Amino acid sequence: MTKPLLEVEDLRVRFHLRTGTVEAVRGVSFRLGRERLGIVGESGSGKSQTGRAILGLTPPPGEVTAKRLSFDGVDLLTASKRKLRELRGGRVSMVMQDPKYSLNPVMTIGEQIIEAYRAHARASHAEARDRALAMLEAVKMRDPGRVFSLYPHEVSGGMGQRAMIAMMLVTEPDLLIADEPTSALDVTVSMEVLRILDELVTERGMGLIFISHDLKLVSSFCDRVLVMYAGRVVEELEARHLRDAKHPYTQGLMRCLPTLADDVHPLPTLNRDPSWAL
Amino acid sequence: MLDIQDLNVVFGTGRLRVEAVRNVSFTVKEGEAYGLVGESGSGKSTVLRAICGLAPITSGRVRVNGKDVTTPRTKDFYRTVQMVFQDPYASLHPRHTVDRTLSEPLAIHGEKDAEARILQALKEVGLGPSFRFRYPHQLSGGQRQRIAIARALILRPKVLLLDEPTSALDASVQAEILNLLDDLRRRLGLTYILVSHDLAVVAHLCERLLVMRHGEAVEETASDALRSGKASNEYTQSLIQASQGFTRLPSQPAPAKVG
Amino acid sequence: MTGTPLPSQSLTQTSGLRAWLLSPEPQSRWQARLGRGYLGWRSFSRNPLAVFGLCIVVLLILVALFADLIAPYSPVIGGDLRTQRLLPPSETFWLGTDDQARDILSRIIYGSRITLFVIVLVSIIATPIGLLVGTVSGYLGGWVDTVLMRITDIFLAFPRLVLALAFVAALGPGIENAIIAIAITSWPPYARIARAETLMIRNSDFIAAVKLQGASTPRIILGHVVPLCMSSLIVRVTLDMAGIILTAAGLGFLGLGAQPPAPEWGAMVATGRNYLIDQWWVAAMPGLAIFVVSLGFNLLGDGLRDVLDPKAAK
Repeated sequence: MTKPLLEVEDLRVRFHLRTGTVEAVRGVSFRLGRERLGIVGESGSGKSQTGRAILGLTPPPGEVTAKRLSFDGVDLLTASKRKLRELRGGRVSMVMQDPKYSLNPVMTIGEQIIEAYRAHARASHAEARDRALAMLEAVKMRDPGRVFSLYPHEVSGGMGQRAMIAMMLVTEPDLLIADEPTSALDVTVSMEVLRILDELVTERGMGLIFISHDLKLVSSFCDRVLVMYAGRVVEELEARHLRDAKHPYTQGLMRCLPTLADDVHPLPTLNRDPSWAL
Repeated sequence: MLDIQDLNVVFGTGRLRVEAVRNVSFTVKEGEAYGLVGESGSGKSTVLRAICGLAPITSGRVRVNGKDVTTPRTKDFYRTVQMVFQDPYASLHPRHTVDRTLSEPLAIHGEKDAEARILQALKEVGLGPSFRFRYPHQLSGGQRQRIAIARALILRPKVLLLDEPTSALDASVQAEILNLLDDLRRRLGLTYILVSHDLAVVAHLCERLLVMRHGEAVEETASDALRSGKASNEYTQSLIQASQGFTRLPSQPAPAKVG
Repeated sequence: MTGTPLPSQSLTQTSGLRAWLLSPEPQSRWQARLGRGYLGWRSFSRNPLAVFGLCIVVLLILVALFADLIAPYSPVIGGDLRTQRLLPPSETFWLGTDDQARDILSRIIYGSRITLFVIVLVSIIATPIGLLVGTVSGYLGGWVDTVLMRITDIFLAFPRLVLALAFVAALGPGIENAIIAIAITSWPPYARIARAETLMIRNSDFIAAVKLQGASTPRIILGHVVPLCMSSLIVRVTLDMAGIILTAAGLGFLGLGAQPPAPEWGAMVATGRNYLIDQWWVAAMPGLAIFVVSLGFNLLGDGLRDVLDPKAAK
């Protein structure tokens, strides 16, 4: 890989609680170029915390350490708060799960996109407004002018998520982290949203980290897949070689899903080997 | 066992009137597992709620075991029909132990022998007696859902209404719960009505299913037909398509690999 | 979906009792309940101010219980009116004497009984009323809700002191009437809190589940709704105690509460008013007692809120 966009080496996220220390992420390493990387895991695997750690959004009392955590050459561990703020939203963006909770309920969609844009670019209100409308068109919003003045609760889940994507991509970031972007959406709507995301990522040559619990979805959407279990990466492979997965957890995860293709009774269940968590 | 004819469920009046379910009809034989599939807003959950009395039946007929349901439902009805809810974190009372949660239905119906039946209920769902005095926050999502199933079964109902019972669970836990539900149906001779947005789950557990959209029945089909890809309704096809995962359309270029 | 393991997994089990309380697999109802109580206590005791507040409250209870043993003199029989009136704090009279030559310390000690009496009775009367009105109103909704809430509004509109004056005018002064007056004006906020909590949980799946078992409305309200309202109510009642003490003291100050020679703290402040300049201790000592006990309840209430209401916790 020529100069990678994101380098993560031995990332650890610890939470120091009164009842003890919980290690949510235990030594995750990977590199990302301008490609689509999927991070798959069940609840408690540490996948969301990994995404947040990259952006410096780990909630207190979390502690993030790593041998290396750099974005395009900038060391994220030692960067000043100001530098991090510049990067966040400007060059690295994040789309989260439920637009009901991630969009500001008291601002119109248009205002939020404008705010996101002007936080990182010197532009007049009129210019920002034009950019926002252009972005809403890019996410294939029907009637962008009308949606511009709507509040988040007035639009459907799919539209809200597209608005979120517009907001996060208006600054033309180099890296997009999507944390379960379609989990709260209906399956036909999520296909549309993913198609839009796919186009935008391809057009702009962005890097994408797609975090999800849905192995099937991630492997069909991404180029490479990281499988996480108990805070560690247990397998890293190309999406198209998923069938050749070697780690028993990945294999178990694939087999335990019911599919339309075969009718297996009973479904093979995952026998968790304690050695996977070591 | 269950006979629904021209069911209509309407909420609210005037401007806020919502027709959640429109003229839905289907029958379920005893011992059968019947699926209701659809996306959000399709009315599938509302049908379940209308059957058990949590939603009003605006018009139409609901017959359980040959008898029309009354409003309010009788105690006898609750011994025949029970429900398992979607969110395992919301369906157990946070301040009640498992013991209290399981003994309550027995107390309400005046059943004796609570101790033995609670232990048996726990065993049936694959949990040991050590779970008896735990609080919900001491249980994992899968364990909570097992308790919810145990609670539903403790009165020995004939019909179990399952409202997205595995949607909130991890994939590996989902497999265990689906196996449990399968096993229980065969052993206890239960009739299931399963609601889900996931076609694969419905096809796995049910023999027949009804596809719903915007409150209306779109198509009634069998899981065999889904598997073999027999030509069905366009909407059903789009659901099948979506369940296969993401597919790049031929017009979209494959992403350029860098590095 | 949580990413953290159950707390008990990362603790080291030490002594037998602690291990028993913290066991993730309780063997009986009582073990489960005590275990939860123990965890709550541990959380509470981490807050030094809350523990301080608790100590004050416990002290109040102990002083009231053992007043006969602790008080050095009688609270109502004074000493020699010629030589022992209005004496400053000294070794014989730790907090001085009042204008009837009575030992102020003993009066304060016995006065704690009256204070405790007022608090306990008001809580016992007002809390169940507020709880019942709020939960029934919130759960049943419709016209029941409207009627009950309007009644609540009516009672909320009365300022305590004015209502107490009305009671006194009708029934005569006395501590019992003062308690009734305070209780009647205390329950409306509790009803509002209970109703708010009830509205939040009314449509939960666990309520739907128990309805589907054929549970009657009283069973649902008493067994399922009330336990979830208790946390907020306990916090509110505790925080209200300070206000109740002050109101009782205010009534006593106006001569509407406990009648002389009962050593009610508010009445003591009232009599001390006449001697404020030169014999400041006559008013200041009971005033200090009122202050300390109010503070104690406030700190306790804050501590309880941090433990019982996770959303408001720091």
